[in-house]
Amino acid sequence: MRTSNLDKRKKQEKRFHMLCKSLTWMSLVVLVILLTHVSVEGFSRLSLEFINSFPSRFAHKAGLKSALWGSVWLMGMVFLISVPLGVASAIYLEEYNSKSKISRLIEINISNLAGVPSVVYGILGLAIFVRFFGLDRSLLAGSMTMSLLILPVIIIASREALRTIPQSIRLGSLALGTTTWQTIWHHVLPPAVPGILTGIILAMSRAIGETAPLIMIGALTYVAFLPETPMDPFTTLPIQIFNWASRPQHAFQEVAAAGIIVLLTLLLFMNTAAVLIRYRAQKKCNW
Amino acid sequence: MIYSILALSAFLSVITTIGIIFVLTTESAGFFKEVSFFEFLFGTRWEPLLEPKSFGVLPLVSGTITIVIGAGLIALPIGIMTAIYLSEYASPKTRSTIKPTLEILAGIPTVVYGYFALTFITPLIRTVFPATQIFNSASASIVVGIMILPMVASLCDDAIRSVPTSLRQGGFSMGATTFEVTKSIVVPGAFSGIIASFVLALSRAFGETMAVTLAAGATPNLTINPLESIQTMTAYIVQVSLGDTPAGGIEYQTIFAVGALLFFVTLSMNIFANHIMNKYREVHE
Repeated sequence: MRTSNLDKRKKQEKRFHMLCKSLTWMSLVVLVILLTHVSVEGFSRLSLEFINSFPSRFAHKAGLKSALWGSVWLMGMVFLISVPLGVASAIYLEEYNSKSKISRLIEINISNLAGVPSVVYGILGLAIFVRFFGLDRSLLAGSMTMSLLILPVIIIASREALRTIPQSIRLGSLALGTTTWQTIWHHVLPPAVPGILTGIILAMSRAIGETAPLIMIGALTYVAFLPETPMDPFTTLPIQIFNWASRPQHAFQEVAAAGIIVLLTLLLFMNTAAVLIRYRAQKKCNW
Repeated sequence: MIYSILALSAFLSVITTIGIIFVLTTESAGFFKEVSFFEFLFGTRWEPLLEPKSFGVLPLVSGTITIVIGAGLIALPIGIMTAIYLSEYASPKTRSTIKPTLEILAGIPTVVYGYFALTFITPLIRTVFPATQIFNSASASIVVGIMILPMVASLCDDAIRSVPTSLRQGGFSMGATTFEVTKSIVVPGAFSGIIASFVLALSRAFGETMAVTLAAGATPNLTINPLESIQTMTAYIVQVSLGDTPAGGIEYQTIFAVGALLFFVTLSMNIFANHIMNKYREVHE
């Protein structure tokens, strides 16, 4: 009797182990299928000409020049807007006022903002930047909307980076009579830079793939010129991909796949950079 | 001086929240002047762009909920099983393969998932059920499930790992198998964290936009058949802004009313999840 019960339990254990194992490996299988599918569909369309030509009504002529440059412009402007704001917020919350009620309130607020659907940010951008400030469908309106969207990510990552700096460094500097800001600027911020940078890159790689908020603020789906000033209309990679993917013709689906390959390659580069920075910082870290 | 600059940028996040709430309330106030609140919430026809206009949001809500349930059915069981495997069974080597895989899955842009649903999953479903429409909620649910799976897995993993090892060892020393320890010690110990991760992931599915816009279609349809085309709240918002709707009209205002509902639901879910998480953190420390 007792051995049969033990056998049953062992069998049960084995079954559970196998179930967990197979479900876990499924995510890897899905990833491989997804990447293979995209590569098979899009590889034949991938060429220098594809990257260097404007979108077209004809699938065989369509390219993503304007989308690629639109994304580059947008990323540059998002970087300029969101990094100073995000790092400044993190410094305020972590170094100046880490225990006060107001900081607690801002903290809760940020974690809730991080969960707001991106399309809601699009609605905000549409009402405030596009209509109220009259920025129209410009790069500026797009990059400000996108900056608001990724600010929580940058703030959270920067705070974590600042938190890894030991208290003794701050106290040592303050004991020499420096002001809080001097301590932060010369002793806390420099060693935190790799961590902050990693967070920024991850936030940017979220921004480069975001589509919905930009569609909301009216980024165009057909742009046959390159933006020259922040006030110009624009399109971006994911919007162009969305546009191609939503057409019924198979030829456009292939073009969409080629666009996806370009987008994923960009993301791969950004993430590799983040990993390398993190790795080098870990090696250099001496406390 | 520097202090005020820093404080000001920290306050920007509060201003953002106020801005969102302000925009959503003022613009949907205009909408609710013309459409009664009751008609909006309980009407069963959503046809704001066609005459005669009708503003019952239920078809959009049912479309969204279909996606959320479908995605949940996929992501929640697989996610928690993955977390259990990673923390209770897997070797460090397996962990270092699966963890980056999940991170990559989480980092893939949603429009790519939409493309994948439309060109791979839908044809697959159609070979099994030929009556399936090109746009259908089943396909969209599956990709949204894949999309939120990494979130469920990593948050559950955190929750499960926060259960002290000594509790597990107590179980093992009584002769329990790993399955028994997991079932009666680890999962109950991490329960609130697991529930919080479920709620957060479902809230993410609720607000997911591009994949459902591409794969689930644009027909506000009060149906539970996963093989039919539907429209979610988010997809409707995108549809309106893709068309060139003039500002000020009632069609333009609908996106704020739908957006307000979307914001309200996801915010409540997030606050609820954060509340549970904070509570359970106190228990273990």
